[in-house]
Amino acid sequence: MSILIIAEHDNAELKGATLNTIAAAKAIGGDINVLVAGAGCAAVADAAAKADGVTKILLADNAAYEHQLAENVAKLVADLGKDYGHILAPATTNGKNMLPRAAALLDVQPISDIVTVESADTFKRPIYAGNVIATVQSSDAIKVISVRITAFDAVAAEGGSAAVESVDITDDAGISSFVGEELAKSDRPELTAASVVISGGRGMQNGENFELLYKLADKLGAAVGASRAAVDAGFVPNDMQVGQTGKIVAPDLYIAVGISGAIQHLAGMKDSKVIVAINKDEEAPIFSVADYGLVADLFEAIPEFETKL
Amino acid sequence: MKVLVAVKRVVDYNVKVRPKADGSDVDIANVKMSINPFCEIAVEEAVRLKEKGVVSEIVAVSMGSKQCQEQIRTALALGADRGILVEADAELQPLAVAKCLKAIVEKEEPQMVILGKQSIDGDNNQTGQMLGALTGMGQGTFASEVVVEGEAVKVTREIDGGLQTVELKLPAIVTTDLRLNEPRYASLPNIMKAKKKPLDITTPDELGVDITPRTKTLKVEPPAERQAGIKVADVAELVEKLKNEAKVI
Repeated sequence: MSILIIAEHDNAELKGATLNTIAAAKAIGGDINVLVAGAGCAAVADAAAKADGVTKILLADNAAYEHQLAENVAKLVADLGKDYGHILAPATTNGKNMLPRAAALLDVQPISDIVTVESADTFKRPIYAGNVIATVQSSDAIKVISVRITAFDAVAAEGGSAAVESVDITDDAGISSFVGEELAKSDRPELTAASVVISGGRGMQNGENFELLYKLADKLGAAVGASRAAVDAGFVPNDMQVGQTGKIVAPDLYIAVGISGAIQHLAGMKDSKVIVAINKDEEAPIFSVADYGLVADLFEAIPEFETKL
Repeated sequence: MKVLVAVKRVVDYNVKVRPKADGSDVDIANVKMSINPFCEIAVEEAVRLKEKGVVSEIVAVSMGSKQCQEQIRTALALGADRGILVEADAELQPLAVAKCLKAIVEKEEPQMVILGKQSIDGDNNQTGQMLGALTGMGQGTFASEVVVEGEAVKVTREIDGGLQTVELKLPAIVTTDLRLNEPRYASLPNIMKAKKKPLDITTPDELGVDITPRTKTLKVEPPAERQAGIKVADVAELVEKLKNEAKVI
């Protein structure tokens, strides 16, 4: 059976999350097609065509899909998906928004956020904030699945030569419209794709002090994240939140600064390769998962860390 | 206008659950249960809309065992007007929940349905979107701001790069993110009053919904345990270890 992957993109650029999702599809096995739905997104289709392991790109280039409105894209995915054995999307906010809607149109119970593929119908996924791993088997004819991107290594972005085929379907439900967006600008790597992540928590005390982390991050080529406490206190915008209800990261190095280590936060970072905790409270739960712990005042330790690099 | 709010009974967010020794299920016997935090935010939002004069009636719905009445009563104490329990002892998966909700939506004809974005037990993040598909309504998921303007609702959504605002025709679905609001506490007089508010009980059968599970949980297990590492004495040692031992910088 064939697999349909829904590409993550911003109409200009194919996002890395798509390559991790292709890796999950390869683990399932079968012919892999990628749907690029957007407006003015031909370049994205060309990029997807070069990804390793993909045999065909379906390009739905239409104003109705420009902002990835779930009402329109889900209908398209359900229309096209009928002929596939699996439909996969990365578990990004776009994927989470659209995929369950497509699944319901197909009368299928989707499976969210898989971390391993056991077989074509059996998958592992974390539940209860990652405190439990469940092995689930689907009996639906079409498996609709979102993929935790940090759990699969991206396939090569070059080397493939899939054909691009235009899809002539316009699904505009006319019940929703895009008003505007406010995107946080940053020169640092994207949080979920960075190999080093430095996160600050309540211990940072205010937003200005995050400057300390930004400086260190720039030296390390790292992305900067935050705990929910730091976001709720208004120190930083909420798209920086790492945790069960924020982003899930698994970098090579995760440095937690002034973060106690609540279950909610651990769910978002405990699959990092090496975890460093810097906290002045030596009883903080974060030390129970940290490979290297430093009990120190972050306001002294972080500048010193930066000068020692 | 009328608003429907869906609430779920889940293990309290402070409890660290463990799988049973035989791996058949999660051990939740004698564990503290609460209303799912995202559902609490959904109730709060509905109540605020009522306080602004936008909403005239709030109906709280829950599905599951008889004990879910407790969570409906909590919603009533927070300001919902009446409750509906869809009683079922079998496992209810999001597709089945969405189908039951659709049946209730057809009967009650609310102008808005507010749900949490995900429950903290299943972590599925599916039900609201699926209800959107089944009812043909637009969806404003992961909402951090909800503004009703005439026949439409403007929803500001938390997306990966920041925030996005969409406009939906009513009736519409909204699922709540944490930053939408700060739920209030129920006062004792309101808890007492909530006991007298109407609570109807129905079943998936009466709603004509087949709740047969589509996925089967074969096994549950604890995640790979992470061992605590070492404590370093100072920054110099930390940098040295990261460079030479872990080789990550």
